[in-house]
Amino acid sequence: MSEPIRPLYWSLRRELWENRVIYVAPAVVAAVMLISFTVSIVGLPHRRHPLDAPYKTSAAMLILTGVIVSVFYCADALCGERRDRSILFWKSLPVSDLTTVLSKMATPLVTIPLVTFAIVLVTHVYMLELSIPVLIAHGMNPAPVVNAFNPLILLYGLIAISLWFAPVYAYFILMSAWARRHPFIWALVPLIIIGTLERVVFNSRHFGAVLRERIMGFAPNAFVYKPTPPGHIPDVYQLTPDRFLGNPDLWIGLAFAAICIAAAVRLRRNREPI
Amino acid sequence: MATIEARRLRKVYGSTVALDGIDLQIEEGRILGLIGPNGAGKSTALNAILGLIPYEGSLSVLGHDPWTQRDQLVRDVSFIADVAVLPRWIRVSQVIDYVAGIHPRFNRAKADAFLAKTSIKRFSRAGELSKGMLAQLHLALIMAIDAKLLVLDEPTLGLDILYRKQFYDSLLNDYFDRTRTIVVTTHQVEEVQNVLTDFMFIHRGRILLESSMEEFESRYAEVLVHPSRLAEARALRPVQERQGFGRSIFLFDNVNRQQLASLGDVRTPGIADLFVASIGAAA
Repeated sequence: MSEPIRPLYWSLRRELWENRVIYVAPAVVAAVMLISFTVSIVGLPHRRHPLDAPYKTSAAMLILTGVIVSVFYCADALCGERRDRSILFWKSLPVSDLTTVLSKMATPLVTIPLVTFAIVLVTHVYMLELSIPVLIAHGMNPAPVVNAFNPLILLYGLIAISLWFAPVYAYFILMSAWARRHPFIWALVPLIIIGTLERVVFNSRHFGAVLRERIMGFAPNAFVYKPTPPGHIPDVYQLTPDRFLGNPDLWIGLAFAAICIAAAVRLRRNREPI
Repeated sequence: MATIEARRLRKVYGSTVALDGIDLQIEEGRILGLIGPNGAGKSTALNAILGLIPYEGSLSVLGHDPWTQRDQLVRDVSFIADVAVLPRWIRVSQVIDYVAGIHPRFNRAKADAFLAKTSIKRFSRAGELSKGMLAQLHLALIMAIDAKLLVLDEPTLGLDILYRKQFYDSLLNDYFDRTRTIVVTTHQVEEVQNVLTDFMFIHRGRILLESSMEEFESRYAEVLVHPSRLAEARALRPVQERQGFGRSIFLFDNVNRQQLASLGDVRTPGIADLFVASIGAAA
């Protein structure tokens, strides 16, 4: 009769049940990548691009997919349950608002990156298995593609993205707890207003710079890149976790995320179905 | 200790007074019906009891302050808002796994046994079930939770009569054991009349009348008065007079039964009729 009581674990699984897009979207992207790669294998021996380019492209696309899914997931996280009135069911059970909101935050922070990691890994293993025999058969050296296969760099990158985007996710979760409808649009409105006001009143663009830094800034902080010709995905040269962790912007962002989450917990406490 | 104890419980939404300082005390083992028109304050009272909204005044549920100690309280309380709150995407097997995984007082075997008596399939999503089946599913979950207090807010809204009857039969026969307490609001007053041990009329945020069923049955009587005894009946100051079956039906409060029997056929009134009479008197 007595099963172990694990509210956070079951809340995380609950999010996966409800949001199948978390694994369906990257799976579809991976499938498209694999199909096009399989077709392109015919021309593999005659390629002029670096042999490891498809690995970087597929990883980048799958990571991007994960981030996009995360943002949309967060925007709906605490609004959907009020819209379909299921909040009354969830609140009838002994799972606190804190646990619920933390599970909603852990989904983009932990679950989605893990899904991305697994799918990128599977995609790359498949691509290796497909291309190595072709390369060897044509007397080419498969070393560049084998070297491109590095799960540790991927894992590091995913952790860095999670930490860097945590305030973005938390902000969208907060807005989804607050807005009655269209939380995604409501989340953008304050950003536009603040940016416009700053420009008009102070004739400066600091807020825009902060946003740009948040959206684009994780990679230059977490990695050093080899110089690459324009149009190519930059090549990772060195991991710089010390510089990444030493960046005050990271910690300011995490503090902002914590404030958003605390506010979202308080809001959900008072929320009723829409 | 009473299961629920409220003193001067008050809730204001903007300029609307939803609860106007009500006092109530509900002892363990009672089944209380909260009866009132829409907007009377029933759901507000339940929401306060469940710790879903803040309130003014003092309120204690199972010894806890529902607003500040909600996390402790909710282990001992079960709650069905109405049948439409189960998320449409969840599968029957998932919702059972979930509740089993988070609720310390959930007995999976009980839920399984109850579901086995229905035609609900494990793999179905809640959105694919009929309203009646949804009610059965929700009931299966609730009955498997060993709670001290069960709160039902219009639990049978939109169900056909067969499911409504089943719902209350299951609650009474398989769930209620006199150590639990049940609070229910419903519009279908006639159906719960023989389920309740107590009832309470709420109107415009105030308690109009509260009574146990025993008290109600001994105090109130309905008489189908002979046409020739109408004047005599009116002299006894009935709380209500209405027409039905071609006869005048009088509702009396605290009038000697033998005296009434001489006027016509005496019977136990419906709570619904008393409710209508009370609202009329309050208006």
